Order: sequence, then structure tokens, then C-alpha cells
Amino acid sequence: MSIQSIIAHEQPDSFAFTAENEEKILTILAKYPEGRQASAVMPMLDLAQRQHQNWIPMKAIEHIAKRLDMAEIRVLEVASFYTMYNLKPVGKWFLQACTTTPCMLRGSDDMVRCIKDKLDISSGQTSECGRFTMLEVECLGACVNAPILQVNDDFYEDLDYQSTAALIEALAADTPPPVGSVIGRQGSESEAGATTLVKEKKTAKAGK
Amino acid sequence: MLADKDRIFTNIYGWHDAGLAGAKKRGDWDNTAAILARGHDDVVEEMKASGLRGRGGAGFPTGLKWSFMPKEVGNRPHYLVVNADESEPGTCKDRDIIRHEPHKLLEGCLVAGFAMRAHAAYIYIRGEFVNEARRLQSAIEEAYDAGLLGPNAAGSGWKFDIYLHRGAGAYICGEETALLESLEGKKGQPRLKPPFPAGVGLYGCPTTVNNVESIAVAPTILRRGGAWFAGLGKDNNTGTKLFCISGHVNKPCNVEEEMGIPLKELIEKHAGGVRGGWDNLLAIIPGGSSTPLMPKDVCETMTMDFDALRAAGTGLGTAGIIVMDKSTDIVRAISRLSYFYKHESCGQCTPCREGTGWMWRMMDRLVRGEAEQHEIDTLEQVTRQVEGHTICALGDAAAWPIQGLIKHFRPEIERRIKAHQAMIQAAE
Repeated sequence: MSIQSIIAHEQPDSFAFTAENEEKILTILAKYPEGRQASAVMPMLDLAQRQHQNWIPMKAIEHIAKRLDMAEIRVLEVASFYTMYNLKPVGKWFLQACTTTPCMLRGSDDMVRCIKDKLDISSGQTSECGRFTMLEVECLGACVNAPILQVNDDFYEDLDYQSTAALIEALAADTPPPVGSVIGRQGSESEAGATTLVKEKKTAKAGK
Repeated sequence: MLADKDRIFTNIYGWHDAGLAGAKKRGDWDNTAAILARGHDDVVEEMKASGLRGRGGAGFPTGLKWSFMPKEVGNRPHYLVVNADESEPGTCKDRDIIRHEPHKLLEGCLVAGFAMRAHAAYIYIRGEFVNEARRLQSAIEEAYDAGLLGPNAAGSGWKFDIYLHRGAGAYICGEETALLESLEGKKGQPRLKPPFPAGVGLYGCPTTVNNVESIAVAPTILRRGGAWFAGLGKDNNTGTKLFCISGHVNKPCNVEEEMGIPLKELIEKHAGGVRGGWDNLLAIIPGGSSTPLMPKDVCETMTMDFDALRAAGTGLGTAGIIVMDKSTDIVRAISRLSYFYKHESCGQCTPCREGTGWMWRMMDRLVRGEAEQHEIDTLEQVTRQVEGHTICALGDAAAWPIQGLIKHFRPEIERRIKAHQAMIQAAE
């Protein structure tokens, strides 16, 4: 696989961290022992991505390599190994649809079909308006609230075709709904109400 | 059913304050210094007495694992690393601990770190858990502000720091040595063992890697006593466990139950039963995607513990229970797991890198019946050539679901091949 196929064709000429992010870098570097600053490569790539419209340009990779005294290829290797680093631009709303078996059993096909119907995009594509990118991803680790759609940093849970449609409309209007279960579950308890810790629930209600 | 008084995670559903004030009300951080005052070895012995087996999948005794760390600290510091890279399909328990019981995990890090003579812990959390990482980071800051972490952690005289490190989307980093590579700023590719991490781990220093749940239950075990924990569950399969029940049940949920609970009881009592009733059950994957499925007749009398599941040719794994009713396209369900392993193979070992792709392409054809009957045996043979021939267990994990499918659902695969061949003949 050539490098050209995984990175963006159009690249900015320079990259520098903002002053605010420079402060964060100091906190990041302090987490690791002296001489082990390479450990900071992942948090710094994440920071670069957050600063740069959710994708990492090559100039940022060069910059991070220099800062951490690493070979550029080592940083690129990390940036291309882990799936969460975007080396190409993505839309403002980055939809990551989990379609692994537990989500599949709970109807992730419908969720993906809805995204296709509403936005005319399949995995890896960006909508014509440029505001939505969709990616089918592997298990997001929230299987008892399946199916899950991750929108940027947030999980939307317990989706079906209709609730996915409503979610996309809300995002299109730049009014993302509250994060979490779309059917009103607070966490991973049974939809019918928890079968354990019932007393705890009562005290929680009394406390509110 | 486990009584509420014996539940460790009393805020698992997030009904109460997850912050320090709420955690203290639930008994967390209650005189932690007294636990540490018992000494390193006493803490390890108490954990051994509890019979706790690692909750990350392999089920290795936790106390014994801690005892592998050197008894003297040489010129290399000791590290505790917590594996919060929860990514095994079907598993979502650590997420609940992190977002609703973060202080149980942090206090667990202190007692475990102290037991193994470590002054620092790194918690490696999967990258997708962004909000969970924020919650955990704020809990860490609260603990520092309250003096529970830092130069004199919880007034014990022991210096202890906890650092949070976020991953970036790689299932393989749940393998402990891949996790260490990743933490060192490299691609997450597993290391050859030996040397084991207890000898040469993070930054070449003695390191123990534990799952979130194993660490989070430690303070309660040390407070209530190893004998209390050992009195729950079954022999060699003691204590309580978080079970995740997903798939075709009426009410999917996470629940803390006693080890050894009958699978049927677990599903009917807590998850509202199988969709369409127990008789509508087709098969269950009992412990996360890597464990081979069990058809209904095996599920009937199965108990949820390491030994019973192992005897049935499968495993407790992470206790991520994936339920499939009779409407399931079972070949596609397993084929999707094959795709998962192909996607997540790190590419280091040839049998896994090539084998996972080969197995997935074969499975994808079998979904539609586009194969010859003898290819089922070829596929089975290939799984045997991948299994046990790789540095880490990802190759095994990719092979087992397919082996389980062929073992229990071979007639279904054969039926599809016949149907496909009949269709071609009719067209001709």
C-alpha cells in the first residue's frame, strides 16, 4: 500500500500547536519518565487531530517527530496503525457505525441503511454537502446498548432506523441531541428497570 | 441470586454520584492506609485466599500474578498497568466501572500497586471511550486534591501516582504486551514471551498488567476478607462477576452476579429471557467473541464459570454473553466475527495476517453457500494451522469461533452449499 493512498492529497504547508495545546503538551510529557517521551506520540497525535478539523496533516507528523526526537516514519507508522487517526479530512459530523456481531444482532443493518438512505454514503465516504463522513467500525464496547453510532466523541445507543433518521436530522441542523441511549436508558440496566440494587435505586430517587 | 449486600459495584448503573463524595458514601477510600499497613505480602496473600481469577479473559489467579513481581526493588522501578482497552465483542463491563465507579478502580490501583511495590500505575483506556476517559481523569484529579494519590497516598506513607493513557482504536492493544508497546509509543504488536512482563515489562521494568474489573474488586476483597469472596461462587471459580448480556434477549443489560450462576437463570432473571422464549434460542457465545458458541442443548444446563465452560469446549472469557435466537443467520454472525479478526490482526505473524483474511473470505462465501462441500474441511484445517502458531492469542481467537460453528452447525453450512449448487443447476 502506497503512502499516497492513505494520506490526503492536499496538505497544508505548515503546522504548529496552539498556545493552549502547548500547555497541554507539557502535562502530557510529564506523565512519562525521562527519556521515554516517545510515549507521548499517541496523545500528541490526538491533540493535533483535535486542533486540525479532526484529521492529521503530514506537517503535524513531522512536527511531532521533531518534538519527540523520533524518526518521522515511526510517527507515521503509529498514525497509520491505529484506526482513530484520520489522515484525510472528514466531515464535521463523523459517524462511526458499529456493525460487529452484537450490534448486527440488534439491527445495525437498519442503522447503516438509514445513513445510506438519508445521506447517500457508505463506509468510508463523505456526503456531498461535505458535513457527514461515515465509517463502519469494529466493536465499540457498549454491546448491551446496541446498536451504537459514535458521532465524533459521543456514543448514541439503542438505535433503530427511525431514531437514526431523527439523529441525522438533528445533526444536520447542528442541534445534537443528548448523548447516550435514545430510548431513555440511563446506563446498562435493563430497559424494564434493574433487577438488582432496587433499594439503591429508591434512595437515588429520594435523593433527587 | 446474589444478595445486594454482597454486590461490589453498588453504583454500576450510575444512579448515584460517581465522584469522590459519592464513592466515599459507598465505602470507597475508607481507611485505605489500614490496608496498606498490613504490608505488601499480606495483601498478596489475602488476594490469593480470595481465589480471584483475572477478569480480562484468561482467568489467571490475580494474587499469584502479583506475587511474580520481584520482592526487592532494584534499579528498575515497578509498574502496575491497568488494561482498560475493553474491545472484545460482547463486552462492556469495564466501561461501566470507569464511568460509574471510577474510585473503586483508583483505590484498587493503589492497593495493587502497593502490593507489587510499584509507585506508579498507567491506565490504558481504549480511545473510543472519550467521555469515560474524561470521567476517569476528573476522578484522578479529585483523588490527588484529596491527598488519596501523590507523595503520601491516602496517608499511608506510600508514594503513588496514576496516569491515564488513551489508545486510538486497536483491539490488539488488549493483549498485554501489545498494550505495553503501544504505551511506549509504538505500533501495538505483541512481544514474544518470555521474558514475561513481571521481569521485563513497561520500559524494560518489572510490570504487571491487570484488567479493570480485577483491580476494581481488590479494595472490597481486602476490606471484607478473602474468605468472604471465596465463599461466593464455586470452588476454584469464586466471587462475583459482571456479566454483559447482549443480542437476542428481551432486555439486554449488565449485571453483577455470583460466579457459577446457571446461564438460563441469568438470562431469564436479569435480561428478560430470550426473545420469543427459551425454546426460540439457537446458540450462545458465552464469553466474548473469541469463545466458541454453544448450541441450545448445551446452554440448557450450563453454569457460568471458568471450569464448566472450559469442560464444554468453550470459555468464560470476559463473560460477554451474546445470545442468538432462531432468526439468526448463524453463518453470517460468525463470518462477521471473522471479519473483525481480519481487521484487527496486527500483521506481525504470517499465519494470523494471512490466515484471518483467508478465513474471512472463505466464511463470506459460506454465508452464500458459494463453495464445495470439501472446503468445509479445508477451512477447519486452516483454523488448526493458525491456532497455536502465532505470538499472541489473536490467531486462536480468530480460529475458535469458526471451529465452534463447524462443530455445531455443519449441517447448516452443507445445506447452503447444496441450495446454492441447486440454484446454479436450475439456471443452467
